[in-house]
Amino acid sequence: MSKILIVGEHDGKAVNPATAKCVTCATAIGGAEITIALFGADTAAVATQAAAITGVKAVIRIDRAENEHPLAALLAPQVAALSADYTHVFGPSTSFGKDLMPRVAALLGVSQVSDLMAVEGAYRFRRPIYAGNAIITVEADPSRKLVATVRVASFEAAAGGGSASVESKTLNVALPSHTRYIGTKSGSTDRPDLQTAARVISGGRALGSAENFKILYSLADKLGAAVGASRAAVDAGYAPNEMQVGQTGKIISPEIYIAIGISGAIQHLTGIKDARTIVAINKDGEAPIFEVSDYGLVGDLFQIVPELERMLA
Amino acid sequence: MQKIMVCIKRVVDYNVRVRVKPDGSGVMLDGVKMSVNPFDEIALEEALRIKERVGNVEVVAVSIGVADTQQQLRTALAMGADRAILVQSEAPVEPLTAAQTFLALAKKENPDLIFLGKQAIDDDANQTGQMLAAIWERPQATYASKVEIGAGKVTVTREIDAGLETIEVDLPAVVTVDLRLNEPRYVKLPDIMKAKKKPLDVTSLDALGVSAAVYLKTVKTEPPAQRQKGVMVKDVAELFGALKKKGLI
Repeated sequence: MSKILIVGEHDGKAVNPATAKCVTCATAIGGAEITIALFGADTAAVATQAAAITGVKAVIRIDRAENEHPLAALLAPQVAALSADYTHVFGPSTSFGKDLMPRVAALLGVSQVSDLMAVEGAYRFRRPIYAGNAIITVEADPSRKLVATVRVASFEAAAGGGSASVESKTLNVALPSHTRYIGTKSGSTDRPDLQTAARVISGGRALGSAENFKILYSLADKLGAAVGASRAAVDAGYAPNEMQVGQTGKIISPEIYIAIGISGAIQHLTGIKDARTIVAINKDGEAPIFEVSDYGLVGDLFQIVPELERMLA
Repeated sequence: MQKIMVCIKRVVDYNVRVRVKPDGSGVMLDGVKMSVNPFDEIALEEALRIKERVGNVEVVAVSIGVADTQQQLRTALAMGADRAILVQSEAPVEPLTAAQTFLALAKKENPDLIFLGKQAIDDDANQTGQMLAAIWERPQATYASKVEIGAGKVTVTREIDAGLETIEVDLPAVVTVDLRLNEPRYVKLPDIMKAKKKPLDVTSLDALGVSAAVYLKTVKTEPPAQRQKGVMVKDVAELFGALKKKGLI
Protein backbone atom coordinates (compact mmCIF):
# COMPACT_ATOMS: atom_id res chain seq x y z
CA MET A 1 0.00 0.00 0.00
CA SER A 2 1.16 3.51 -0.80
CA LYS A 3 1.87 5.78 2.16
CA ILE A 4 1.97 9.35 0.93
CA LEU A 5 3.47 12.28 2.79
CA ILE A 6 2.32 15.69 1.56
CA VAL A 7 4.34 18.74 2.53
CA GLY A 8 1.61 21.25 3.34
CA GLU A 9 1.97 24.85 2.27
CA HIS A 10 0.75 27.61 4.58
CA ASP A 11 1.60 31.13 5.69
CA GLY A 12 1.22 30.51 9.42
CA LYS A 13 -2.43 31.55 9.36
CA ALA A 14 -4.07 29.62 6.54
CA VAL A 15 -3.38 26.42 4.64
CA ASN A 16 -2.75 27.18 0.98
CA PRO A 17 -5.46 25.55 -1.21
CA ALA A 18 -2.61 23.92 -3.16
CA THR A 19 -2.38 21.47 -0.25
CA ALA A 20 -5.95 20.20 -0.74
CA LYS A 21 -5.20 19.80 -4.45
CA CYS A 22 -2.18 17.64 -3.59
CA VAL A 23 -4.54 15.53 -1.47
CA THR A 24 -6.83 14.98 -4.48
CA CYS A 25 -3.82 13.90 -6.51
CA ALA A 26 -2.69 11.52 -3.75
CA THR A 27 -6.21 10.11 -3.46
CA ALA A 28 -6.01 9.18 -7.15
CA ILE A 29 -3.45 6.57 -6.11
CA GLY A 30 -6.00 4.02 -4.98
CA GLY A 31 -5.97 2.98 -1.32
CA ALA A 32 -3.20 5.35 -0.35
CA GLU A 33 -2.78 6.45 3.25
CA ILE A 34 -2.31 10.22 3.25
CA THR A 35 -0.43 12.29 5.83
CA ILE A 36 0.16 16.05 5.73
CA ALA A 37 3.31 17.47 7.32
CA LEU A 38 3.26 21.09 8.44
CA PHE A 39 6.48 22.94 9.19
CA GLY A 40 6.30 26.27 11.00
CA ALA A 41 6.96 28.21 14.18
CA ASP A 42 3.44 27.49 15.43
CA THR A 43 1.20 25.36 13.23
CA ALA A 44 -1.69 24.85 15.69
CA ALA A 45 -4.20 26.86 13.65
CA VAL A 46 -3.18 25.56 10.23
CA ALA A 47 -3.11 21.98 11.55
CA THR A 48 -6.81 22.26 12.43
CA GLN A 49 -7.53 23.38 8.85
CA ALA A 50 -5.38 20.66 7.31
CA ALA A 51 -7.02 17.98 9.47
CA ALA A 52 -10.39 18.94 7.94
CA ILE A 53 -9.31 18.06 4.38
CA THR A 54 -11.21 14.94 3.31
CA GLY A 55 -9.05 11.92 2.64
CA VAL A 56 -6.27 12.83 5.07
CA LYS A 57 -5.52 10.29 7.79
CA ALA A 58 -3.04 12.24 9.87
CA VAL A 59 -1.48 15.67 10.23
CA ILE A 60 2.02 15.95 11.64
CA ARG A 61 3.15 19.27 13.11
CA ILE A 62 6.86 20.05 13.16
CA ASP A 63 7.00 23.28 15.12
CA ARG A 64 10.40 24.85 15.47
CA ALA A 65 11.49 28.50 15.60
CA GLU A 66 13.74 27.98 12.54
CA ASN A 67 10.71 26.87 10.52
CA GLU A 68 9.00 30.25 10.70
CA HIS A 69 9.95 31.03 7.11
CA PRO A 70 9.98 28.23 4.54
CA LEU A 71 13.67 28.06 3.60
CA ALA A 72 14.35 25.01 1.45
CA ALA A 73 17.83 24.46 2.88
CA LEU A 74 16.34 24.15 6.38
CA LEU A 75 13.15 22.28 5.54
CA ALA A 76 14.64 19.70 3.15
CA PRO A 77 16.62 17.71 5.74
CA GLN A 78 13.55 17.62 7.99
CA VAL A 79 11.28 16.41 5.17
CA ALA A 80 13.90 13.82 4.21
CA ALA A 81 14.10 12.56 7.81
CA LEU A 82 10.32 12.41 8.15
CA SER A 83 9.92 10.59 4.82
CA ALA A 84 11.46 7.34 6.12
CA ASP A 85 8.04 5.80 6.80
CA TYR A 86 6.49 6.77 3.46
CA THR A 87 6.55 5.48 -0.10
CA HIS A 88 5.75 8.84 -1.73
CA VAL A 89 6.51 12.47 -0.85
CA PHE A 90 4.40 15.11 -2.62
CA GLY A 91 4.61 18.88 -2.59
CA PRO A 92 2.69 21.48 -4.58
CA SER A 93 4.11 22.84 -7.82
CA THR A 94 4.12 26.36 -6.37
CA SER A 95 7.23 28.47 -5.77
CA PHE A 96 7.34 26.89 -2.28
CA GLY A 97 7.22 23.30 -3.53
CA LYS A 98 9.39 23.84 -6.60
CA ASP A 99 12.14 25.29 -4.41
CA LEU A 100 11.93 22.62 -1.71
CA MET A 101 11.08 19.26 -3.28
CA PRO A 102 14.11 18.77 -5.59
CA ARG A 103 16.34 19.41 -2.57
CA VAL A 104 14.43 16.68 -0.71
CA ALA A 105 14.72 14.31 -3.68
CA ALA A 106 18.47 14.85 -3.94
CA LEU A 107 18.94 14.18 -0.20
CA LEU A 108 17.03 10.93 -0.73
CA GLY A 109 19.12 10.13 -3.82
CA VAL A 110 16.21 9.97 -6.26
CA SER A 111 14.94 11.96 -9.20
CA GLN A 112 11.72 13.94 -8.95
CA VAL A 113 8.57 13.84 -11.03
CA SER A 114 7.91 17.55 -11.66
CA ASP A 115 4.44 18.96 -12.34
CA LEU A 116 2.59 15.69 -11.97
CA MET A 117 -0.68 16.29 -13.87
CA ALA A 118 -2.34 12.86 -13.92
CA VAL A 119 -2.01 9.62 -11.98
CA GLU A 120 -1.99 6.37 -13.98
CA GLY A 121 -0.70 4.19 -11.17
CA ALA A 122 1.28 4.43 -7.95
CA TYR A 123 4.47 4.77 -10.01
CA ARG A 124 3.11 5.89 -13.37
CA PHE A 125 2.25 9.52 -14.04
CA ARG A 126 1.77 12.06 -16.77
CA ARG A 127 3.52 15.42 -16.88
CA PRO A 128 3.98 18.26 -19.40
CA ILE A 129 7.26 19.14 -21.13
CA TYR A 130 8.19 21.86 -23.67
CA ALA A 131 5.80 24.40 -22.12
CA GLY A 132 2.96 21.91 -22.41
CA ASN A 133 3.54 21.21 -26.12
CA ALA A 134 4.00 17.55 -25.25
CA ILE A 135 2.75 15.34 -22.45
CA ILE A 136 4.90 12.44 -21.33
CA THR A 137 3.98 9.35 -19.36
CA VAL A 138 6.76 8.40 -16.95
CA GLU A 139 7.33 5.26 -14.90
CA ALA A 140 9.37 5.31 -11.73
CA ASP A 141 11.13 2.47 -9.94
CA PRO A 142 8.67 1.12 -7.29
CA SER A 143 11.56 -0.01 -5.09
CA ARG A 144 12.56 3.61 -4.45
CA LYS A 145 10.89 6.55 -2.81
CA LEU A 146 8.85 8.66 -5.20
CA VAL A 147 9.22 12.42 -4.87
CA ALA A 148 6.93 14.65 -6.92
CA THR A 149 5.55 18.13 -7.26
CA VAL A 150 1.85 18.22 -8.08
CA ARG A 151 0.67 20.55 -10.86
CA VAL A 152 -2.09 22.16 -8.82
CA ALA A 153 -4.05 23.45 -11.86
CA SER A 154 -4.69 19.82 -12.83
CA PHE A 155 -6.56 18.88 -9.64
CA GLU A 156 -9.64 20.17 -7.81
CA ALA A 157 -9.17 20.88 -4.12
CA ALA A 158 -10.32 18.03 -1.85
CA ALA A 159 -13.42 18.97 0.13
CA GLY A 160 -13.52 19.89 3.81
CA GLY A 161 -15.35 17.97 6.51
CA GLY A 162 -12.61 15.43 7.25
CA SER A 163 -11.25 14.66 10.69
CA ALA A 164 -7.63 13.58 10.57
CA SER A 165 -5.59 13.03 13.71
CA VAL A 166 -3.12 15.77 14.64
CA GLU A 167 0.21 14.93 16.22
CA SER A 168 3.27 17.03 17.07
CA LYS A 169 6.67 15.61 16.30
CA THR A 170 10.21 16.64 17.14
CA LEU A 171 12.80 15.72 14.56
CA ASN A 172 16.37 15.35 15.68
CA VAL A 173 17.87 17.08 12.64
CA ALA A 174 20.69 19.63 12.75
CA LEU A 175 19.89 22.64 10.60
CA PRO A 176 22.40 24.74 8.66
CA SER A 177 22.91 28.44 9.47
CA HIS A 178 24.14 29.37 5.99
CA THR A 179 20.72 30.55 4.78
CA ARG A 180 18.91 33.48 6.40
CA TYR A 181 15.50 35.00 5.72
CA ILE A 182 15.49 38.79 5.33
CA GLY A 183 11.97 39.72 4.25
CA THR A 184 9.11 39.51 1.77
CA LYS A 185 7.57 42.31 -0.23
CA SER A 186 4.16 41.68 -1.68
CA GLY A 187 1.66 44.01 -3.21
CA SER A 188 -1.02 43.42 -0.58
CA THR A 189 -4.46 43.30 -2.11
CA ASP A 190 -7.98 42.51 -1.01
CA ARG A 191 -8.66 40.70 -4.28
CA PRO A 192 -8.88 36.91 -4.43
CA ASP A 193 -5.66 34.92 -4.73
CA LEU A 194 -4.69 34.54 -8.38
CA GLN A 195 -3.87 30.84 -8.09
CA THR A 196 -7.19 29.83 -6.57
CA ALA A 197 -9.65 32.45 -7.82
CA ALA A 198 -12.74 31.26 -9.72
CA ARG A 199 -12.56 34.35 -11.93
CA VAL A 200 -9.42 35.91 -13.34
CA ILE A 201 -8.92 38.97 -15.53
CA SER A 202 -5.49 39.38 -17.12
CA GLY A 203 -3.94 42.25 -19.00
CA GLY A 204 -1.19 42.32 -21.60
CA ARG A 205 1.19 44.79 -23.16
CA ALA A 206 -1.71 46.52 -24.96
CA LEU A 207 -2.72 48.10 -21.64
CA GLY A 208 0.23 50.43 -22.22
CA SER A 209 0.94 51.47 -18.62
CA ALA A 210 0.58 50.58 -14.96
CA GLU A 211 -1.91 53.44 -14.74
CA ASN A 212 -4.10 51.86 -17.42
CA PHE A 213 -4.12 48.56 -15.52
CA LYS A 214 -6.49 50.31 -13.11
CA ILE A 215 -9.38 49.74 -15.50
CA LEU A 216 -8.79 45.99 -15.03
CA TYR A 217 -8.68 46.31 -11.23
CA SER A 218 -11.95 48.20 -11.37
CA LEU A 219 -13.62 45.55 -13.55
CA ALA A 220 -12.15 42.79 -11.38
CA ASP A 221 -13.61 44.31 -8.24
CA LYS A 222 -17.07 44.34 -9.84
CA LEU A 223 -16.66 40.64 -10.70
CA GLY A 224 -14.90 39.56 -7.52
CA ALA A 225 -12.04 38.46 -9.75
CA ALA A 226 -8.28 38.19 -9.30
CA VAL A 227 -6.02 40.09 -11.69
CA GLY A 228 -3.18 38.55 -13.67
CA ALA A 229 -0.79 39.76 -16.36
CA SER A 230 1.17 38.48 -19.32
CA ARG A 231 4.96 38.29 -19.15
CA ALA A 232 5.17 41.25 -21.55
CA ALA A 233 3.08 43.39 -19.19
CA VAL A 234 5.20 42.39 -16.18
CA ASP A 235 8.46 42.95 -18.06
CA ALA A 236 7.22 46.40 -19.08
CA GLY A 237 6.57 47.23 -15.43
CA TYR A 238 2.78 47.50 -15.76
CA ALA A 239 2.19 44.82 -13.12
CA PRO A 240 4.26 43.15 -10.36
CA ASN A 241 5.91 39.75 -10.93
CA GLU A 242 3.51 37.85 -8.69
CA MET A 243 0.75 38.59 -11.21
CA GLN A 244 2.47 36.81 -14.11
CA VAL A 245 0.51 33.97 -15.67
CA GLY A 246 2.24 31.45 -17.92
CA GLN A 247 5.00 28.86 -18.28
CA THR A 248 7.34 30.69 -15.94
CA GLY A 249 4.67 32.43 -13.90
CA LYS A 250 1.52 30.97 -12.40
CA ILE A 251 -0.41 28.08 -13.91
CA ILE A 252 -4.07 28.65 -13.15
CA SER A 253 -7.43 26.97 -13.69
CA PRO A 254 -10.26 29.42 -12.98
CA GLU A 255 -13.90 28.97 -14.01
CA ILE A 256 -13.55 31.99 -16.26
CA TYR A 257 -10.42 33.69 -17.62
CA ILE A 258 -10.72 37.01 -19.38
CA ALA A 259 -7.61 37.89 -21.41
CA ILE A 260 -7.50 41.57 -22.25
CA GLY A 261 -4.96 42.90 -24.72
CA ILE A 262 -3.00 39.62 -24.57
CA SER A 263 -1.94 38.19 -27.93
CA GLY A 264 -1.51 34.65 -26.58
CA ALA A 265 2.11 33.53 -26.81
CA ILE A 266 2.43 29.76 -26.30
CA GLN A 267 4.14 30.39 -22.95
CA HIS A 268 1.09 32.33 -21.77
CA LEU A 269 -1.38 29.76 -23.08
CA THR A 270 0.46 27.10 -21.05
CA GLY A 271 -0.65 28.92 -17.93
CA ILE A 272 -4.35 29.14 -18.78
CA LYS A 273 -5.34 26.07 -20.75
CA ASP A 274 -7.03 24.47 -17.76
CA ALA A 275 -9.42 27.42 -17.42
CA ARG A 276 -13.03 26.28 -17.83
CA THR A 277 -13.97 29.22 -20.09
CA ILE A 278 -11.60 31.63 -21.83
CA VAL A 279 -12.72 35.05 -23.05
CA ALA A 280 -10.37 37.06 -25.25
CA ILE A 281 -10.57 40.76 -26.00
CA ASN A 282 -8.00 42.03 -28.48
CA LYS A 283 -7.84 44.60 -31.24
CA ASP A 284 -6.00 42.17 -33.54
CA GLY A 285 -8.45 39.64 -34.94
CA GLU A 286 -5.52 37.39 -35.92
CA ALA A 287 -4.14 37.13 -32.37
CA PRO A 288 -3.42 33.49 -31.40
CA ILE A 289 -5.44 33.90 -28.18
CA PHE A 290 -8.59 33.62 -30.31
CA GLU A 291 -7.58 30.06 -31.33
CA VAL A 292 -8.12 28.86 -27.75
CA SER A 293 -10.82 31.23 -26.51
CA ASP A 294 -14.45 30.20 -26.04
CA TYR A 295 -15.61 33.76 -26.66
CA GLY A 296 -13.64 36.27 -28.68
CA LEU A 297 -14.28 39.97 -29.15
CA VAL A 298 -12.22 42.10 -31.53
CA GLY A 299 -12.05 45.75 -30.56
CA ASP A 300 -10.50 48.51 -28.49
CA LEU A 301 -10.08 47.35 -24.91
CA PHE A 302 -10.25 50.93 -23.64
CA GLN A 303 -13.86 51.08 -24.86
CA ILE A 304 -14.84 47.47 -24.19
CA VAL A 305 -13.65 47.19 -20.57
CA PRO A 306 -15.53 50.26 -19.25
CA GLU A 307 -18.62 49.21 -21.23
CA LEU A 308 -18.50 45.73 -19.71
CA GLU A 309 -18.11 47.26 -16.26
CA ARG A 310 -21.17 49.48 -16.80
CA MET A 311 -23.24 46.46 -17.79
CA LEU A 312 -22.20 44.67 -14.61
CA ALA A 313 -23.23 47.61 -12.44
CA MET B 1 34.97 36.27 -5.24
CA GLN B 2 37.39 34.46 -7.49
CA LYS B 3 35.49 32.02 -9.58
CA ILE B 4 31.94 31.62 -10.86
CA MET B 5 30.72 28.44 -12.55
CA VAL B 6 27.73 28.71 -14.87
CA CYS B 7 25.87 25.58 -15.93
CA ILE B 8 24.25 25.77 -19.33
CA LYS B 9 22.08 23.38 -21.30
CA ARG B 10 21.66 22.92 -25.03
CA VAL B 11 17.93 22.98 -25.77
CA VAL B 12 15.52 23.40 -28.67
CA ASP B 13 15.41 27.10 -29.49
CA TYR B 14 12.78 29.15 -27.71
CA ASN B 15 11.08 30.08 -31.00
CA VAL B 16 10.65 26.53 -32.30
CA ARG B 17 7.17 25.06 -32.02
CA VAL B 18 7.92 21.56 -30.77
CA ARG B 19 5.92 18.70 -32.30
CA VAL B 20 5.35 15.18 -31.04
CA LYS B 21 6.42 12.25 -33.26
CA PRO B 22 3.42 10.39 -34.70
CA ASP B 23 4.57 7.11 -33.07
CA GLY B 24 4.64 8.70 -29.62
CA SER B 25 8.31 7.93 -29.09
CA GLY B 26 9.32 11.52 -28.37
CA VAL B 27 9.40 14.94 -29.99
CA MET B 28 10.81 15.78 -33.41
CA LEU B 29 14.34 17.09 -33.01
CA ASP B 30 15.86 16.43 -36.45
CA GLY B 31 17.10 19.63 -38.06
CA VAL B 32 15.59 21.74 -35.29
CA LYS B 33 17.52 24.86 -34.23
CA MET B 34 19.31 24.39 -30.89
CA SER B 35 20.34 27.18 -28.53
CA VAL B 36 21.55 27.93 -25.02
CA ASN B 37 18.61 27.54 -22.60
CA PRO B 38 17.35 31.15 -22.22
CA PHE B 39 17.44 31.03 -18.40
CA ASP B 40 21.06 29.83 -18.53
CA GLU B 41 21.90 32.76 -20.79
CA ILE B 42 20.59 35.07 -18.06
CA ALA B 43 22.68 33.10 -15.52
CA LEU B 44 25.81 33.61 -17.60
CA GLU B 45 25.05 37.31 -18.12
CA GLU B 46 24.80 37.78 -14.35
CA ALA B 47 28.16 36.08 -13.83
CA LEU B 48 29.73 38.31 -16.47
CA ARG B 49 28.29 41.46 -14.88
CA ILE B 50 29.72 40.44 -11.51
CA LYS B 51 33.07 39.83 -13.19
CA GLU B 52 32.92 43.28 -14.78
CA ARG B 53 31.96 44.90 -11.47
CA VAL B 54 34.28 43.05 -9.13
CA GLY B 55 37.17 42.34 -11.51
CA ASN B 56 39.58 39.43 -11.36
CA VAL B 57 36.83 36.80 -11.40
CA GLU B 58 37.10 33.76 -13.63
CA VAL B 59 33.86 32.65 -15.28
CA VAL B 60 33.73 28.98 -16.26
CA ALA B 61 30.84 27.74 -18.42
CA VAL B 62 30.05 24.05 -18.10
CA SER B 63 27.58 21.78 -19.84
CA ILE B 64 26.55 18.16 -20.23
CA GLY B 65 25.45 16.95 -23.63
CA VAL B 66 26.21 15.65 -27.09
CA ALA B 67 29.40 16.67 -28.93
CA ASP B 68 27.54 19.50 -30.68
CA THR B 69 26.99 21.17 -27.30
CA GLN B 70 30.40 22.71 -28.02
CA GLN B 71 28.44 25.20 -30.17
CA GLN B 72 26.51 26.46 -27.16
CA LEU B 73 29.70 26.59 -25.06
CA ARG B 74 31.36 28.63 -27.84
CA THR B 75 28.41 31.03 -27.60
CA ALA B 76 29.05 31.25 -23.84
CA LEU B 77 32.73 31.96 -24.51
CA ALA B 78 31.77 34.61 -27.07
CA MET B 79 29.52 36.26 -24.50
CA GLY B 80 32.55 36.50 -22.23
CA ALA B 81 33.12 33.29 -20.27
CA ASP B 82 36.87 32.65 -19.79
CA ARG B 83 36.82 28.93 -20.45
CA ALA B 84 34.43 26.05 -20.87
CA ILE B 85 34.07 22.39 -19.98
CA LEU B 86 31.85 19.93 -21.82
CA VAL B 87 30.95 16.68 -20.13
CA GLN B 88 30.12 14.74 -23.24
CA SER B 89 27.19 12.35 -23.03
CA GLU B 90 25.23 11.03 -25.98
CA ALA B 91 22.25 10.08 -23.83
CA PRO B 92 20.36 12.84 -22.04
CA VAL B 93 20.88 12.75 -18.27
CA GLU B 94 18.28 13.15 -15.53
CA PRO B 95 18.47 16.20 -13.25
CA LEU B 96 20.01 14.20 -10.38
CA THR B 97 22.79 12.93 -12.65
CA ALA B 98 23.29 16.47 -13.94
CA ALA B 99 23.59 17.69 -10.34
CA GLN B 100 26.09 14.92 -9.51
CA THR B 101 28.12 15.84 -12.58
CA PHE B 102 28.17 19.54 -11.69
CA LEU B 103 29.13 18.57 -8.13
CA ALA B 104 32.13 16.64 -9.48
CA LEU B 105 33.12 19.75 -11.47
CA ALA B 106 32.54 22.01 -8.45
CA LYS B 107 34.89 19.86 -6.37
CA LYS B 108 37.60 20.33 -9.00
CA GLU B 109 36.97 24.00 -9.66
CA ASN B 110 35.98 25.24 -6.17
CA PRO B 111 33.78 28.11 -7.38
CA ASP B 112 32.42 30.74 -4.98
CA LEU B 113 29.15 30.80 -6.84
CA ILE B 114 27.35 28.48 -9.20
CA PHE B 115 24.71 30.02 -11.43
CA LEU B 116 22.07 28.05 -13.33
CA GLY B 117 18.80 28.90 -15.05
CA LYS B 118 15.80 28.11 -12.87
CA GLN B 119 14.61 25.55 -15.39
CA ALA B 120 15.42 24.28 -18.87
CA ILE B 121 12.70 24.96 -21.42
CA ASP B 122 12.83 21.41 -22.78
CA ASP B 123 11.95 19.16 -19.83
CA ASP B 124 10.75 22.08 -17.61
CA ALA B 125 11.97 20.02 -14.63
CA ASN B 126 13.18 22.89 -12.43
CA GLN B 127 15.35 20.59 -10.29
CA THR B 128 19.05 20.66 -11.10
CA GLY B 129 20.08 23.78 -9.13
CA GLN B 130 18.27 22.68 -5.98
CA MET B 131 19.68 19.16 -6.25
CA LEU B 132 23.22 20.46 -6.78
CA ALA B 133 22.91 22.69 -3.69
CA ALA B 134 21.63 19.73 -1.66
CA ILE B 135 24.44 17.31 -2.48
CA TRP B 136 27.08 20.07 -2.37
CA GLU B 137 25.64 20.76 1.11
CA ARG B 138 25.53 24.45 0.34
CA PRO B 139 22.76 27.12 0.29
CA GLN B 140 20.41 27.63 -2.61
CA ALA B 141 18.77 30.84 -3.75
CA THR B 142 16.30 29.99 -6.49
CA TYR B 143 14.33 32.23 -8.89
CA ALA B 144 16.67 35.20 -8.42
CA SER B 145 15.59 38.59 -9.72
CA LYS B 146 18.37 40.52 -7.97
CA VAL B 147 21.80 39.39 -6.79
CA GLU B 148 24.03 41.49 -4.53
CA ILE B 149 27.50 40.25 -3.66
CA GLY B 150 28.68 40.95 -0.10
CA ALA B 151 31.66 39.83 1.97
CA GLY B 152 31.49 36.05 2.03
CA LYS B 153 27.78 36.13 1.29
CA VAL B 154 25.24 37.02 -1.34
CA THR B 155 21.86 38.67 -0.90
CA VAL B 156 19.27 37.42 -3.35
CA THR B 157 15.80 38.71 -4.13
CA ARG B 158 13.60 35.82 -5.25
CA GLU B 159 10.43 35.82 -7.33
CA ILE B 160 7.93 33.78 -5.32
CA ASP B 161 4.15 33.35 -5.58
CA ALA B 162 3.53 35.94 -2.87
CA GLY B 163 5.82 38.58 -4.36
CA LEU B 164 9.51 39.17 -3.76
CA GLU B 165 11.42 37.41 -1.00
CA THR B 166 14.93 38.39 0.07
CA ILE B 167 17.33 35.90 1.60
CA GLU B 168 20.99 36.03 2.51
CA VAL B 169 23.21 33.02 1.90
CA ASP B 170 26.84 32.30 2.73
CA LEU B 171 29.28 31.54 -0.07
CA PRO B 172 29.84 29.22 -1.76
CA ALA B 173 26.24 28.99 -2.92
CA VAL B 174 24.01 27.95 -5.79
CA VAL B 175 21.83 30.63 -7.40
CA THR B 176 19.17 29.83 -10.00
CA VAL B 177 17.95 32.76 -12.03
CA ASP B 178 14.56 34.00 -13.16
CA LEU B 179 13.59 36.02 -16.22
CA ARG B 180 13.81 39.52 -14.88
CA LEU B 181 17.34 39.38 -13.45
CA ASN B 182 18.91 40.95 -16.53
CA GLU B 183 18.83 41.12 -20.30
CA PRO B 184 21.65 39.06 -21.82
CA ARG B 185 24.04 40.86 -24.15
CA TYR B 186 24.22 40.23 -27.87
CA VAL B 187 27.31 38.49 -29.13
CA LYS B 188 29.42 40.53 -31.55
CA LEU B 189 31.38 39.04 -34.43
CA PRO B 190 34.86 39.88 -33.07
CA ASP B 191 33.89 38.12 -29.83
CA ILE B 192 32.92 35.02 -31.79
CA MET B 193 36.37 35.03 -33.41
CA LYS B 194 38.07 35.52 -30.04
CA ALA B 195 36.00 32.74 -28.48
CA LYS B 196 37.53 30.22 -30.92
CA LYS B 197 40.85 30.61 -29.14
CA LYS B 198 39.48 30.22 -25.61
CA PRO B 199 39.97 26.84 -23.89
CA LEU B 200 37.15 24.31 -24.16
CA ASP B 201 37.91 21.02 -22.39
CA VAL B 202 35.95 17.88 -23.11
CA THR B 203 35.53 15.21 -20.46
CA SER B 204 33.05 12.44 -19.69
CA LEU B 205 30.79 11.18 -16.94
CA ASP B 206 33.15 8.19 -16.50
CA ALA B 207 36.18 10.42 -16.10
CA LEU B 208 34.32 12.35 -13.39
CA GLY B 209 33.21 9.12 -11.70
CA VAL B 210 29.51 9.76 -12.27
CA SER B 211 27.16 6.98 -13.33
CA ALA B 212 24.04 8.03 -15.20
CA ALA B 213 21.20 6.36 -13.32
CA VAL B 214 17.75 6.21 -14.87
CA TYR B 215 15.02 6.65 -12.26
CA LEU B 216 12.26 7.78 -14.58
CA LYS B 217 11.43 5.95 -17.76
CA THR B 218 9.46 7.90 -20.37
CA VAL B 219 7.07 5.36 -21.84
CA LYS B 220 4.94 7.60 -24.03
CA THR B 221 4.91 11.11 -25.53
CA GLU B 222 1.64 12.62 -26.66
CA PRO B 223 0.46 15.97 -27.97
CA PRO B 224 -1.61 17.90 -25.43
CA ALA B 225 -5.39 17.94 -25.58
CA GLN B 226 -6.38 20.86 -27.79
CA ARG B 227 -8.93 23.46 -26.78
CA GLN B 228 -11.62 23.98 -29.37
CA LYS B 229 -11.83 27.41 -30.93
CA GLY B 230 -15.06 29.00 -29.73
CA VAL B 231 -17.23 31.73 -31.16
CA MET B 232 -16.53 35.35 -32.01
CA VAL B 233 -19.04 37.80 -30.62
CA LYS B 234 -19.74 41.13 -32.34
CA ASP B 235 -20.02 43.46 -29.36
CA VAL B 236 -19.94 43.82 -25.58
CA ALA B 237 -23.70 43.27 -25.27
CA GLU B 238 -23.48 39.90 -27.01
CA LEU B 239 -20.48 38.90 -24.85
CA PHE B 240 -22.26 39.98 -21.67
CA GLY B 241 -25.38 38.05 -22.68
CA ALA B 242 -23.45 34.87 -23.45
CA LEU B 243 -21.52 34.93 -20.16
CA LYS B 244 -24.64 35.76 -18.18
CA LYS B 245 -26.51 32.87 -19.78
CA LYS B 246 -23.76 30.45 -18.76
CA GLY B 247 -23.78 31.86 -15.24
CA LEU B 248 -20.16 32.95 -15.51
CA ILE B 249 -20.74 36.56 -14.47
